[in-house]
Amino acid sequence: MIDMISCEQIAPKTSPWSATDYKSKLKPIWCPGCGDFSVLMAVTKAMEALQLAPKDLAVVSGIGCSSRIPAYTSCYGFHGVHGRSLPVAAGLKAARPDLTVLCTGGDGDGFSIGGNHFMHACRRNLDITYVVMDNQVYGMTKGQASPTTAPDWDNPLTPGGTGISPFFPLVIALAAGANFLARGFSGDPEGTAHIIKQAIEYPGFSFVHVLSPCVTYRPEQKEWRNMVRPSPVEATTDSARAARRLMTDDGFNIGVLFRGDRQPFNLHHGASKAASSYDFGAQFEI
Amino acid sequence: MTLQEPTNSKSISIVVAGSGGAGAMTTGNTLFDSAAKLGWHGSLTRTLGPQIRGGEAAALLRLTSEPNTGPDDYYQVMLAIDWKNVERFAPEIPLRPDSLIICDSGAGDVPEVIAQSGAKIVQFPIAKAAKKVKKGRPNMVALGILAHLTNIPEVLISETLGQKLGAKGDQVLQTSLATVAIGRELAADMKVLASIETEPLKKGDHWIISGNQAAGLGALNGGIRFVAAYPITPATEVLEWLAPALPEVGGVLVQAEDELSSINMIIGSSYGGVPALTATSGPGLALMIESLGLAVAAEVPLVVVNVMRGGPSTGIPTKSEQSDLNIAVYGLHGDAPHLVLAPLSVEDCLFCLQWSVYLAEAMQVPAIVLSDQMMGQARAVISRPTPHDMVAKREVAHDPGDNYQRYAVTESGISPMSIPGIDGGQYTADGLEHSPSGLPSSQTEHHAEQMDKRLRKLTRFDYADHWADISGDGQLAIITWGSTTSAAQEAVARLQQNGVHAKLIALRLITPAQPGKMAAALIGIDKIMVIEQSHSAQLFGFLKAHYEFSASIKTFHRPGPLVIRPGEIVNQIQEWS
Repeated sequence: MIDMISCEQIAPKTSPWSATDYKSKLKPIWCPGCGDFSVLMAVTKAMEALQLAPKDLAVVSGIGCSSRIPAYTSCYGFHGVHGRSLPVAAGLKAARPDLTVLCTGGDGDGFSIGGNHFMHACRRNLDITYVVMDNQVYGMTKGQASPTTAPDWDNPLTPGGTGISPFFPLVIALAAGANFLARGFSGDPEGTAHIIKQAIEYPGFSFVHVLSPCVTYRPEQKEWRNMVRPSPVEATTDSARAARRLMTDDGFNIGVLFRGDRQPFNLHHGASKAASSYDFGAQFEI
Repeated sequence: MTLQEPTNSKSISIVVAGSGGAGAMTTGNTLFDSAAKLGWHGSLTRTLGPQIRGGEAAALLRLTSEPNTGPDDYYQVMLAIDWKNVERFAPEIPLRPDSLIICDSGAGDVPEVIAQSGAKIVQFPIAKAAKKVKKGRPNMVALGILAHLTNIPEVLISETLGQKLGAKGDQVLQTSLATVAIGRELAADMKVLASIETEPLKKGDHWIISGNQAAGLGALNGGIRFVAAYPITPATEVLEWLAPALPEVGGVLVQAEDELSSINMIIGSSYGGVPALTATSGPGLALMIESLGLAVAAEVPLVVVNVMRGGPSTGIPTKSEQSDLNIAVYGLHGDAPHLVLAPLSVEDCLFCLQWSVYLAEAMQVPAIVLSDQMMGQARAVISRPTPHDMVAKREVAHDPGDNYQRYAVTESGISPMSIPGIDGGQYTADGLEHSPSGLPSSQTEHHAEQMDKRLRKLTRFDYADHWADISGDGQLAIITWGSTTSAAQEAVARLQQNGVHAKLIALRLITPAQPGKMAAALIGIDKIMVIEQSHSAQLFGFLKAHYEFSASIKTFHRPGPLVIRPGEIVNQIQEWS
C-alpha cells in the first residue's frame, strides 16, 4: 500500500503556476452570467496564490450546478452523489492528510440533503475548506426553494412560498464548531480568491459562504451587487461575539468573519505496514 | 432408520439461561474458554432480547471433540439461573426427554414451555448456596455444576476466571472460585456427561475468535487501512476490533455521523488510494445503497461487511437471518455489477474478508460481504489459521503519460487507476456516465462501452475454486450459504454414516454467478436441495434466476431466529429419497 499512497512528483515544475493552469479544457454547463463562473475563477486564483501543484489538490463535490466545479479544474476531482461531498472529502483527507482538500457545492446539496454532514464536518474539524455557492434555489431541477430561500418566494413546487424560515449557514457552522468562517460574493472574484486562500491556509474546517446569484431562476439576485459591503469589522476570534454579529447582520457583510482556535482533527497514523508485521493472533490464542 | 452421530466424535450442547444481568453469559463464556483449554472444539452463540440490562439472555454452547462450529439438534443440558422471561426464547432451545434441566429450587416452577419437553429436572438451591460465600453469585454456582458435568478441572476454571477478572483483583477471583467450588459440591453425585482426553495443547495451537473479529482481522490481512464506522447491532464488534488494530499497521478508523457518511468516507479514502471498509447491518446497508452505485460507476474499490439480522426494518437486531441477499444483489439502481460474497463459518470470515479485499481492489469494484449474526457474534475454537498471501493489489497508473484515460476501455475491463499525488494522472471520478477519459457523457456509445467494461471485469476474472466449498459426493446435492453451512456439513456426515451419499456446495461467491463451475459441480446430480434461513427463499430464487439446473430442485427454508439444525436437514433429505 505504501507505494500506492506516496507518489513523488517526477519533474518538479520550475515556472510558477498560473490560475489558468488550474483550469481544465471542459466548458462549464452553467448559464451565461451565472455567479459560479466567478467562483471557479476565484478558486483557481486562490490556488495560484498558494502555488499548490494540481496533483496534490483534490476538489470534491456532490450534485447541483455548482457541484460541477471539480471537472472544470485540472486537479484531482470527485463528483459524487447528492449531499455527500463532505463525507467523501473527510475520508480522503483522513486517509491522505498530505493532500489539500477543497469541497464545493451549492445550498441544496450542502444544507438540505447534506445538512447533517455539514454540522458534523464542522464538529470534526478536519483540515478541509468548504466553499458553498449559495443562490437560494435549486437550479438544476429548474427553480425550487432551497433551505436558504425566503419563506414567501413563489415557485412551482411550493406555490406561494415554503412558509419556512430560512437556514443561516454561518450561524449553524459557528455553533457546530467550524474553525474559520467567511462570506464572499461571486461579483468580487479577487476578494473571494483572497478569502479562499486564507481559508485553505487556516488549520481545521473552514467554511466560505459565497453569495452566487442564479441569473435564470433568481434574476432579482443581480441586485446583490449593490447590497454587499466589506464587513465593517475585523474577524473575531471570540465565538460569542461572532455569534452576535452573525445573528444580527443582514447577510451582506463580506470578508473573513471568524477565526477559531480549535486544533484540527488529527489522526495519527504512521507508515502503512503489512498486517504480518504485527501479531494480531496473540489475543486469540488459547 | 435412526441416524446417529459419527461414532468417534463427542458432542455436548449446553444452554445457560438467566435474566439479563444474572451472569449467564459469563458462566457460558468461562465454561467455554476453560473447555477450549482442555482441548474441546465447538462454539458459543448467544441469544438475547433487546434490553441491554434486565431482559433475557442465554449462552448456547456446543463442545465437540472434532472441529465443528455448527449447532446440534437439541441441548443435552439446560441450566437456568432463574426463569425470568425464558419463555421468550424457549423455541430456540430445543430440549428432549433425555435432556437435563438444572434449575434453582427457589426459582419457582419450571415454565410449561420448558417442562413440556419431558426433560429430567434436577433442582439445586443455587441462589441460597451462593450466599454461603460473601458476595458469592449464583452464576458461579452454576459454573461449578457445569464444570463438574463436563469434567473440567478446577485449575482451568481458575486460570480462565483469573484472565477474565484480571483487573478486578484477587479478592474477586477467590470469591468466585469459592462459589464455583460450592457448585461442584452440589453436583458431586451427578454422573459426568462429557469428558475429553487430549494431548496438552500448545499455546497458540487453537484460537478462540468470533466471526466479527475474524472479519476484522481478515480485512487487515487483505490490506484495509481505513475504516469509517457507524455502530449497529450485530456488526459493531467488527468495527470495535478494528479501532485499536488499525493504528498498529498505519491505518485509521473514523466514526461517521451516519451510514450515508461512512460509505462516502470509505469512497473518499479508496479514491485516495487507501483500501477501505465499513461494517453494518440491514438498515445501514439500505442507507448505503445509493453510494454503492456511485462506487460501481466511479470504479472505486471498497468492502462493506453486512452482518445480517432479522428484517425487514429494525426487525430483530440481536438475532440471525439470511435475508439480505436480495438487497445486496439487486438493491442498486441501474445496471450496477458488483461483488457479493458470503463467509461460510466463523473461521471463513478470515479468508472470505481477505479474499474480498483482494477482489475489490483488483477489479476496482465494491464488494458486499454478507456475514450473519450467528457467525458474527459466535465465539468459536479454530485451529491456528494458515496465513494467506492474498493482499490488495490495485492496478495503479504510476506513469499516466500524456493522454491518461481513467476509464480506458480495456480487454480485461480493468483500467489503471490514477491516485491523487500522481503527476499527470488528474481526473474527476464521477457518478455521471462518462467517456473513457472520465468526462461526463450522455452518449449511447459511451454508456454501452462503459457498462460492458464494468461487467466484463467481473465476469472475466478468475475466482479459482474459492467461489464455493464443495465436499462429499453422491447423486444428491445440497446448496447452501453462510452459517447454515455448518449444519449442512454435519447433516452430510450423518447421512454418510448411514449410507446416504450427498454432495455439499456452499457458496462463497454470490455475484457474479458462476454457471460453468456450478454445472461442472453438478455433473451426475439428480436432486438438489437448497437450504437457507429466509422466509421467501431468497437464495433459491437467486439460483433459479442465474443458474440452469437439469436436476430436480427443492427448497428447505425458514426465517430466523430459529437456526436450521443438522437433524432437520437429514429428515428433509430422507423424506425426499
